Amino acid sequence: MANGVVGTKLPSGRSLIAADLFPSLERFAETAAISLAALAVSAILFGLFIFAVGKSPIELYGLMYTGGFGTWFSWQNTLQRAAPLLLTALCVAIPARLGLVVIGGEGALVLGGVATAAIAIPAQGAPPMIAIALMAAAGMMTGGLWIGFVGFLRHYRGVNETISSLLLAYIAIALMNHLVEGPLRDPASLNKPSTAAVGDAFMIGSMPGMDVHWGLAVGVVACVATWVLMERTTFGFAARITGGNIRAARLQGIPVGQLILVLTALAGAFAGLAGMIEVAAVHGRANASLIAGYGYTGILVSFLARHNPLAIIPVAILLGGISASGGLIQRRMGLPDATVLVLQGTLFVVILLSETFYGRWKFGALFGGDAR
Amino acid sequence: MSDINRFSRREILKSTGTALAVGTAGSLLPFGPALAADLTVGFIYVGPKDDYGYNQAHTEGAAILKGMPGVKLVEEENVPETVAVQKSMESMINLDGASLLFPTSFGYFDPHMLKVAAKFPKIQFRHCGGLWNKDKHPSNTGSYFGYIGMAQYLNGIVAGHTSKSKKIGFVAAKPIPQVLLNINSFTLGARSVDPSITCQVIFTGEWSLAVKEAEATNALVNAGVDVITMHVDGLKVVVETAARRGAYVCGYHANQSKLAPEKYLTGAEWNWSKIYKDFVEKMKAGKPLGNFVRGGLAEGFVKSSPYGPAVSAAARKQADAVRAKMMKGGYSVIKGPLNDNKGKTVVSSGKAYVETAIELESMNYLVEGVVGSTS
Repeated sequence: MANGVVGTKLPSGRSLIAADLFPSLERFAETAAISLAALAVSAILFGLFIFAVGKSPIELYGLMYTGGFGTWFSWQNTLQRAAPLLLTALCVAIPARLGLVVIGGEGALVLGGVATAAIAIPAQGAPPMIAIALMAAAGMMTGGLWIGFVGFLRHYRGVNETISSLLLAYIAIALMNHLVEGPLRDPASLNKPSTAAVGDAFMIGSMPGMDVHWGLAVGVVACVATWVLMERTTFGFAARITGGNIRAARLQGIPVGQLILVLTALAGAFAGLAGMIEVAAVHGRANASLIAGYGYTGILVSFLARHNPLAIIPVAILLGGISASGGLIQRRMGLPDATVLVLQGTLFVVILLSETFYGRWKFGALFGGDAR
Repeated sequence: MSDINRFSRREILKSTGTALAVGTAGSLLPFGPALAADLTVGFIYVGPKDDYGYNQAHTEGAAILKGMPGVKLVEEENVPETVAVQKSMESMINLDGASLLFPTSFGYFDPHMLKVAAKFPKIQFRHCGGLWNKDKHPSNTGSYFGYIGMAQYLNGIVAGHTSKSKKIGFVAAKPIPQVLLNINSFTLGARSVDPSITCQVIFTGEWSLAVKEAEATNALVNAGVDVITMHVDGLKVVVETAARRGAYVCGYHANQSKLAPEKYLTGAEWNWSKIYKDFVEKMKAGKPLGNFVRGGLAEGFVKSSPYGPAVSAAARKQADAVRAKMMKGGYSVIKGPLNDNKGKTVVSSGKAYVETAIELESMNYLVEGVVGSTS
């Protein structure tokens, strides 16, 4: 049907082209082409690096495929590792829409985990559904308050959000250590200070038919919901205007302060929820194992996804796959663990560089018609 | 459970095919060797293999398997105590065919190793630590550990002879029982030489936090401490900082003498190679591995580093004499009357705890002579 109208003269005299009908398709094509090219360039650069240290890049990519995506076990491994990254990446992507660079999701995750255990322990014996809902609420509220405070400092006190969120992450970890080694410590946890266990009844377990916990489903739903919120609602539109030009937003009467508070709190709530899932699906109690760097890897995921909540899903899976195959690469090729970090670093730099190519090429031309 | 196993086997065949197809001109290692070995043994470390500490000690121990016929060693470093270690274990089982696994970090045990062990009842898991309990944990899992406090006591004797300021120091990670026992043993060793010696302890709060370890070392030297030992995961920073500031060092976990040849006195080292060799030989012979394996100096689980050039003849003589007694077994480092550093009696007169005593595993005090606090 669309083809039927392409070519019709517009009142301005210009022919109608497909890009007019599908502006988002054009943007999608541009993003996909540039991202894939960046991936290919990173793969070549990293391959050269591997070749330079005397190993076979072909073997490495073969193992990376086998370890990350080659078998059903590998897929489960990859998805399991991607799950927490979906939520921690949202903690970066949402404030990014307001033009804020928040990098302290780790702190919200850790405290969210502690709050989860703290509420689960007195709730022993409650119906599991209610208890799990309470645990999720506790994790989200704690994370939300933590990053919401970053938003508050930014808007009302003019404190740089990047610095404050990073420093607050250190405070969060110190607070977690204090709580699990002090007031919340299970006296039986001698050599590894931990809270008491939340109990098997309150664990959320794996999704049916696969060895991947429910965090994956929660993360995917959160990404989709955030995309709808940011791209398909007036609230999200207001947020994007604020991120684009805060003075214009103020002139339009957009309540900038409230937007910043609500969205930073939402971002923190997702990181806190990641902490809740770590406790309720993996560890069963809160302790220093919560400090696993998911908050920091989330920054990488969000930047690679250009802060687009939907793009976070494939990017998290890609990084999950890279980390899932890291072990196999160590074992089979005798390369150190840092190899995977070199690949992640290469990816990050190349994708950031590729940002400069946006808008340089006329993708509208691909759909027939003159470029705009 | 059996479903998962069957499925993975089929997938292995499939992935082998893919890998061979990808590996043009044989540039890819075929998956053959992993399957051809009689026994594949997997090791997982929480930090880098060359950390001059906890993980290096395990890596050096595991290396002995490389010379054993029919044994294949697979290793992974820097694996966090999260779902990642569960997947590393499963990957070693599914993709490498490992049937004996050593997840070496304390935090790998619960829930990670237990969860994977329940899923693979035919695979053997042995964990470094003392957590296994026959009432609670499956029979394909187990614990192994060494009484390294004894070697820290010998460190203390050498430190006591070497210190001129009569102030020695300890850089510690967390105030947990294992660490407290090491601090107390080191202090008691030094005070057996000269009861006026005090040991200043600084807790960094983390197992691996180089900046705080360096700060702690500098603070100790600034306070007049001239012999330092430690219990953190990687020891490079402490050893090098102490030596640079002119203090002597007693090592821990592995041998750090290369980092400070002049200043290194001796060290409390694990002797994991013996333990790993024993486990693998039993496994190959089809004998039971044992679920709760422990030992000290006499059993060869721990050892002291060779003395450095700065150790006096008197120090060697006393340390060697005590070591000879320890080798006979039944030696008590912790014995009454013993006060903690707040003046409270913690072990009454006439009471003594040999290294195997269960009471030592819930230690929550610092003995008289230690400057510092557990909280």
